[in-house]
Amino acid sequence: MEQYSAWSGARSTASLMWTDFWELSMRALAPFMTSVRRNGSATEATFETRPYKLHKLDDPPSGTTVCTRDDALVMYRQMQMIRRLESAASNLYKEKAIRGFCHLYSGQEAICVGIKGAMRPQDSVITAYRDHGWAYTMGCSVTSIMAELTGRTQGIVRGKGGSMHMYTKNFYGGNGIVGAQVPVGAGIALANKYLENGGINICLYGDGAANQGQVFEAYNMAKLMDLPSVFICENNGYGMGTSVDRASASTNYYTRGDYVPGIWIDGMDVLSVREAIKYCIDYCTSGKGPLVLEVATYRYHGHSMSDPGTSYRTRDEIQEVRQTRDPIMLFKESIVAADLVTAEELKKIDSEVRKEVDEAVKIAKSDKEIAVQELAADVYLEPLETTIRGTTPFDPYTHQRISKAINLH
Amino acid sequence: MAISATRVAQKLSGALSRSFTTSRVAAANQLTVRDALNSALDEEMERDETVFLLGEEVAQYDGAYKVSRGLWKKYGDKRVVDTPITESGFAGMAVGAALGGLRPVCEFMTFNFSMQAIDHVINSASKTFYMSAGLLHVPIVFRGPNGSAAGVGAQHSQCFGAWYSHCPGLKVVSPYSSEDSKGLLKAAIRDSDPVVVLENELLYGSSFEVSDEVLSKDFVLPIGKAKIEREGQHITLVAHSRAVMLALEAAKTLAGEGVECEVINLRSLRPLDEAAIVQSVIKTRNLVTVEQGWPQSGIGSEICARIVESPAFHYLESPVVRVTGVDVPMPYAKSLEIACIPQSHDVIKAVKKVLKIIK
Repeated sequence: MEQYSAWSGARSTASLMWTDFWELSMRALAPFMTSVRRNGSATEATFETRPYKLHKLDDPPSGTTVCTRDDALVMYRQMQMIRRLESAASNLYKEKAIRGFCHLYSGQEAICVGIKGAMRPQDSVITAYRDHGWAYTMGCSVTSIMAELTGRTQGIVRGKGGSMHMYTKNFYGGNGIVGAQVPVGAGIALANKYLENGGINICLYGDGAANQGQVFEAYNMAKLMDLPSVFICENNGYGMGTSVDRASASTNYYTRGDYVPGIWIDGMDVLSVREAIKYCIDYCTSGKGPLVLEVATYRYHGHSMSDPGTSYRTRDEIQEVRQTRDPIMLFKESIVAADLVTAEELKKIDSEVRKEVDEAVKIAKSDKEIAVQELAADVYLEPLETTIRGTTPFDPYTHQRISKAINLH
Repeated sequence: MAISATRVAQKLSGALSRSFTTSRVAAANQLTVRDALNSALDEEMERDETVFLLGEEVAQYDGAYKVSRGLWKKYGDKRVVDTPITESGFAGMAVGAALGGLRPVCEFMTFNFSMQAIDHVINSASKTFYMSAGLLHVPIVFRGPNGSAAGVGAQHSQCFGAWYSHCPGLKVVSPYSSEDSKGLLKAAIRDSDPVVVLENELLYGSSFEVSDEVLSKDFVLPIGKAKIEREGQHITLVAHSRAVMLALEAAKTLAGEGVECEVINLRSLRPLDEAAIVQSVIKTRNLVTVEQGWPQSGIGSEICARIVESPAFHYLESPVVRVTGVDVPMPYAKSLEIACIPQSHDVIKAVKKVLKIIK
């Protein structure tokens, strides 16, 4: 079967329909073999994962995975929440309530939700600037995310960071410089190994960042030092307006680690993503060193809010993915067919999610910005001077310490 | 010829008094800058298990300039890490290690190579505490030789004092003596913010007399405080790193001509000890800054600006003059290289011009 790709357009419409019909049928049939009761009251179900592709690995992640009803509800809610909050962010940006950069994750939800589903408390994540979904799955409230986007006091970092700089425990951002988060992530893994705390670091970057030199420098040192690093390329087909074929001499991002083994994963299937990360945790915590993953995904919006996203790809392509490969739609169909949940329950979640996001938007719009004096706060953990120069020498600010660092050691 | 008994007695008593001297004031401890840095690293690594050193050749080679000599043998692979020649990668990893719970000391073989990693020093390290509104701190030290060496050519001779001290979120120190080097490197390692330590290769072999206190394991100097190396009442000379030696040389010559210079060793570039400079200028009423780096937007420029904006301006009897490196990339030919770096006669000329001793 030819390589599956949502964006290459290389496959005919007919074969696409056949494959999807076949897949959907298999999904619908498989759980009947193991589910216990009907009417959304199965406590768990077994699903097939999407085929993985391997680079210098003999054994793939498991071909089947068990999903409990509780997990299904959590993951569905998380994905739906991200979809809605990104949609709200899009509207806020158009209303000019959000300024500067705003990079939306819609379409890629299965990645952060799937990965978080496998993570343990000692594991950490670092990513680039398409980070709102990550902030949510790693524990930031929707209100704090929306308020950070509008730059208000209740924002995750009091409005001082904005869209690209969201952080929480074990989530190291939110990084604005393409590729810079990759060696930083490897360094966090180095700390995990040094401190023997059993954690792994999951470090995400895009297909655009995948060509950065420092990424290869990080691969090299992570491999030399056997670091518990999982480097993950979220391949959504485009680095801003440049398709992968125009940017990369090799688009097999999961092989780009060369001497670092790799796995290709269908990023539209949340359970496949989750299963792959379970595998990675086993691998990395047994001292085998790093892995490079490529998760095939798609973003519905443009690169950022200043990019309509249609000058370098067709609307048909975007529609095709929305209608046939949407991760939330696919998951919904699977879990309903498996009797883990009912369609009504999911509808209820949808309206709860909508309500939560709407409330968050209200606060994000009405909350105040921090006092101007706070611009001089938290420049240093241990400030050596009491004042900070203002725009003129006449009115210096006083350096304040406000927040408590969450990574004190 | 017979030696008188008195002479013998004098010689003997002299010898005895020298070997039995316990005066701390005249402490005869000699310490090179290299050893001062080495002992700072050793002591801090012993004190705190999360402190570790990484960089090119720091472990098995004992350090490109032998600053980390003996440390790998003592602490092993985990704590003294040889990196590949990939500054961007290993500086980024050092930042990650600091975020994740360690206190890395990241060596750049020279600060010229830090340009390959400067995004990590500034964007990944110095800005993170602010961008995270105080949630994530980065207790990292970036250290290595800065400025011109001898005959190494343009790409290996730049002074980064102005560039790094420009950025809020960083602390920047530039030690001159062994006391400075030990005290400031220890302070940098203990500091919980990103600190850039600008050493000087030509100073590594220089030996300085140090007190017993300097040799103790808890000798730490405050970052942001300058030292008055020599007191004087006619003019203030402000310098950092190797230029302090230059200022002291010029001061010595000028003293022979009746001009008493007050020499301030900045020790830190950020924070800059403005108060010390202002206080000195109010006393002496004249100021010359001395540095090896380029003139435009340099350390001297910053000092001038601060003095002009301070109460000291009204005490100045003459405009401030900066003595700096020549505004060109560093040439290789020996006589040209010497001409590109300020020498004693340049400082003396500047002082005499400012004091109107010469036109």
